[in-house]
Amino acid sequence: MSAVSNNDIVSAPPAAARRKPMRESVLPWVTTPLLLVVLIGIWHFYVAATNLSPFILPAPAKVWDAWIDMLMSRRAWGHTFLTVYVTVIGFLWALVIGVGLGVLLGRARWLELTLNPFIVATQVIPKVALLPLFIVWFGFGNTPKVIVAAVLAFFPILTNTVLGVKSVDAGHKDVMTSLNATNWQIFRRLELPSSLPYIITGMEVGIVLAIIGAIVGEYLGGNAGLGFMLVSKMNGYETDGLFAVIIQMTLLGFFFYFATGALRRFLIPWHQSVNLK
Amino acid sequence: MSSAISLSRIEKWFGAGTEAVHALAPTDLAVAEGEFVVLLGPSGCGKTTLLRMIGGLLEPTRGALKVEDKELWSHGVRQGQALSELGMVFQDANLFPWLSIEDNIALPLELKGVGTAERRAKARELTKLVGISGFEKRWPRELSGGMRQRAAIARALSYNPKILLMDEPFGALDAMTRDTMNLELQRIWMETRKTIVLVTHSISEAVFLADRIVLLSPRPGRIDTIIDVPMPRPRSLDVQAGEDFQEIAKMLRHRLAEIS
Repeated sequence: MSAVSNNDIVSAPPAAARRKPMRESVLPWVTTPLLLVVLIGIWHFYVAATNLSPFILPAPAKVWDAWIDMLMSRRAWGHTFLTVYVTVIGFLWALVIGVGLGVLLGRARWLELTLNPFIVATQVIPKVALLPLFIVWFGFGNTPKVIVAAVLAFFPILTNTVLGVKSVDAGHKDVMTSLNATNWQIFRRLELPSSLPYIITGMEVGIVLAIIGAIVGEYLGGNAGLGFMLVSKMNGYETDGLFAVIIQMTLLGFFFYFATGALRRFLIPWHQSVNLK
Repeated sequence: MSSAISLSRIEKWFGAGTEAVHALAPTDLAVAEGEFVVLLGPSGCGKTTLLRMIGGLLEPTRGALKVEDKELWSHGVRQGQALSELGMVFQDANLFPWLSIEDNIALPLELKGVGTAERRAKARELTKLVGISGFEKRWPRELSGGMRQRAAIARALSYNPKILLMDEPFGALDAMTRDTMNLELQRIWMETRKTIVLVTHSISEAVFLADRIVLLSPRPGRIDTIIDVPMPRPRSLDVQAGEDFQEIAKMLRHRLAEIS
């Protein structure tokens, strides 16, 4: 009997306690694809049952074929890379200007008060409406598209940077002041690292908007890029091709979003958001 | 004898005109080299204001303020020469969460352009002094409140200032950790021979640590009494039960009740 009670004391924790974290990490890899399969299944049977015209809604298998065709086509990859290029360049401009201006506005209250109406104005203008103007000024090349992508991505980066700089801990500032730090040292050693979690949040929103800017830019002006491809598929009544381009764009969005998010782990491993995500 | 800190007719007003608040009436004070002075008083008595002025974080409205015989302010600009004689410790450790403990401690040296190897060596030496050896590579959030405050003390000591200014450094700690930190601070003070000015609202902390207690009274803040604490060093926590300690504490308690 005594041996049994000894066993009780040194017994392992309940099985559920050990299994739970495992289940939570594996679960989305099972349930999410399952949901996807169910949705595609519904789509497939709906098309088959209603005899819909493939011009309205092609069957998933046809869309799949069109997407595979796209992946095989050198020209389609050219369009994809052009959209990537426009997005990235526009985004980088937005990043540099947004962070730079954001730091200035976050530091100088008078500057923020002076510029605020202008910044709100740039935000409330439907920026896409400026595209024809950019085309008039810069032609049908990449420049107007890069500008639209940058203008769209700029605002969330700016506002988050301003918020980040304003949220710098007063006690941390006291430390830098008592150490007689220069303005540049305060920026480089305190304000920038302290604002990084905010800036990265702005970047996550900004990169998605930059893609939208690039694609809309390509709709209107030009003969290349995924946006252009979308319009030409529409004009050719290739609905399956249209879906293929949308899939390509969505994957691009996922890629950029997660790439930006991955910056968290590299740039701010100390921040609690890394462990929450 | 020259003093480590000398204040003459130091005065502070917040705001201007009819809404101005008189935070500190004209005050004279001299702190001797190697002395441990505690500023004690009820809230609103200007003790933190006074300490922040000595630390160069607030400019006095009037008066002259010298640190190691150097003017701290000149034409509204704080003077680096005087500032480098001062190390500040705040109520919150104020460690930068993105720097390791080692990098936090060595931050002042980095700002002064000291090389990596020397910084690392200094940080190692200081973690030993303040009793957190082995935690050099940790993030601040991985340390307890008491350990973070030890790191903050190490940071203030890193560039070897002659004077340590401490603004309720253990106010956010639990009672047991606080006792330990008081003992540790006494040890560090005796080992490094620094001049320390510490702000607190705890009577027992004041009596335990101080050579001299400066009691301040509010509205406007001013020095009420200065009390010598002649108990021998090193003091153990047991002195708190002793007659000398109790006598001084009792006197302070009565005076504080009158002026609050």
